[in-house]
Amino acid sequence: MSTFLGMPATAPRGVGHLRGDESFPEAARKALGNEQLRRNLAHATTTIRGKSGAVVAELPDWQELRSAGSALKAATMARLPELLEQLEANVTAAGGVVHWAADATEANRIVTGLVEATGHRRVIKVKSMATQEIGLNEALEAAGIAPVETDLAELIVQLGHDKPSHILVPAIHRNRTEIRDIFLREMPGVDPALTDDPATLAAAARRYLRETFLSTKVAVSGANFAVAETGTLAVLESEGNGRMCLTLPDTLITVMGIEKVVPTWRDLEVFLQLLPRASTGERMNPYTSMWTGVTPGDGPQEFHLVLLDNGRTAVLADEVGRQALHCIRCSACLNVCPVYERTGGHAYGSVYPGPIGAVLSPQLTGVADNASLPYASSLCGACFDACPVKIDIPSILVHLRNEAPHPRTERIAMAAAAYTMDRPALYARAQHAAKLSRHATRLPPPLNGWTASRDLPQPPPETFRDWWAAR
Amino acid sequence: MTSKDLILRRIRAALGDTAVPDVPRDYRRAGAGKPDIERLVDRLVDYKAVVHRGSDIAGIVASLEPGRLVVPPGLDPAWLPPGVGTVEDEHDADAVLTAATVAIAETGTIVLDGSPDQGRRVISLLPDLHICVVRPDQVVAAVPDAIARLDPRRPLTWISGPSATSDIELNRVEGVHGPRRLHVILTDR
Ligand code: SF4
Repeated sequence: MSTFLGMPATAPRGVGHLRGDESFPEAARKALGNEQLRRNLAHATTTIRGKSGAVVAELPDWQELRSAGSALKAATMARLPELLEQLEANVTAAGGVVHWAADATEANRIVTGLVEATGHRRVIKVKSMATQEIGLNEALEAAGIAPVETDLAELIVQLGHDKPSHILVPAIHRNRTEIRDIFLREMPGVDPALTDDPATLAAAARRYLRETFLSTKVAVSGANFAVAETGTLAVLESEGNGRMCLTLPDTLITVMGIEKVVPTWRDLEVFLQLLPRASTGERMNPYTSMWTGVTPGDGPQEFHLVLLDNGRTAVLADEVGRQALHCIRCSACLNVCPVYERTGGHAYGSVYPGPIGAVLSPQLTGVADNASLPYASSLCGACFDACPVKIDIPSILVHLRNEAPHPRTERIAMAAAAYTMDRPALYARAQHAAKLSRHATRLPPPLNGWTASRDLPQPPPETFRDWWAAR
Repeated sequence: MTSKDLILRRIRAALGDTAVPDVPRDYRRAGAGKPDIERLVDRLVDYKAVVHRGSDIAGIVASLEPGRLVVPPGLDPAWLPPGVGTVEDEHDADAVLTAATVAIAETGTIVLDGSPDQGRRVISLLPDLHICVVRPDQVVAAVPDAIARLDPRRPLTWISGPSATSDIELNRVEGVHGPRRLHVILTDR
């Protein structure tokens, strides 16, 4: 028995949100019928792509930053045990308490226990992929604790009894009228004459949440980075809801994947340049909060850090796939992905959508539980080009396709698809041809199944790969 | 076995004897560029912050009609306009007046570190208007210069423009939760 203890393990079934109810092709087919979704997504991805391209072009050393970021992540993974222990020692020395959670079940138990120990029944939450991954909200609710999402988009998703569809803009599948209707239906004390003007909607959310911020004593957050050398945690955000949650309550509980650690304070100079520009297309996100343990007289006086495995060690065990752990969750790969743009985030069945989701989720759960996801890609390579830490997503996809056990029928269908998708050169040529003709209304196979009955938007004058190569 | 031991063992088993790669550091590091105040102004304005320049801080503050003002304990009293009363409790304040620690020209970012002239984090969070005074010697060229100057053991708040959201059909709306207005006073010296 002892030989199995300590072997890398995948995320357990039955808890959290890494597995969909149906396969990607089935879910994607439904999504393709949703015109509103496709319009919103096309608008969002095009806009963010444009903004990001402009601010990335401002930095003369973008490629050098990417190389540094990529190597830093690889170096971090190679030294992970040592860095995590250093982080623990420094957080503890600064007055924090560190907990280790082998999987989602244990993480939920730890957080629920910590909240119960405070005697409070409500927590405010900063948007966090890790807590979505483990299904923390459901676990808290089961224990009679109310989790309140405070990011505007997450609030829209929560009030709409819905799921996020994008890492960065989780409610991108909703339009303003739908959001107004959700607010009117679900938000206590909202003005019945509420219009669908975005500023008015944001103001309604501000009023609704202010009272909650000021009266809730416990907050739960994720972390973008944690510095081993100093024990410093960092959260990047836009709205100020993060600052509210990180400074107003008495108790702060941060749940963080073990891969988020960075070795030194200086290393943040790389990631703080890469993340905002690749993610929202801003030179810097409006707010970044950094804290080290507790500061007497300022902010929460009790701080807990939960270090989460939940399948990450299984990812680490795969020499090809482990670079998926380098992801800094910028969502740039979603915004350049032709498959994501047409299907949206829900089709991926996991909290991690798009190209990174197609490689991360199957590795976290074991490929058998997400066998169709490695095929949710055209292998066009745009995600690799866009990734600020140079994760070679196409190579991991191909690698995972070989690992996936398939039932016979599925295997036959996928073999046909894989024939084209495994030949990036062929796809690149098809894309190139489309660009030259500028009349293309169909995607190359196997995506032609999706475009057979609908028009493909005009291809851009140059492909992302050409643009990147030329700049 | 504790979960800590379990996770560390799993990591070691997963890694085998993975080598630690070298990290190339040929990006622009601290000291690579000159602090450029005009660029800072440009970036701040681009983020919808309002920039004032000059040495009459009290006069500029007065012109903004701050209403009920909260200030950190170590603020230079000469910055307060005569006749403008301050309030003790940030919950009651309309505006906050603080100093800063570092301003980054390339990104239009101001960093507060909780020093006595900047105060607890909450005071620059709840009021609707944040007025922040920045001296020329606090301006650095880029992010690596700021990292080199800052003390990670202090609570740090990096501010780039007022609070904003783009969650509703990607329309940028200023001010969801933090201050809706950010005014930066750049002093002459
Ligand atoms: S894989 Fe790369 S591009 Fe995609 S979200 Fe992660 S860091 Fe961003």
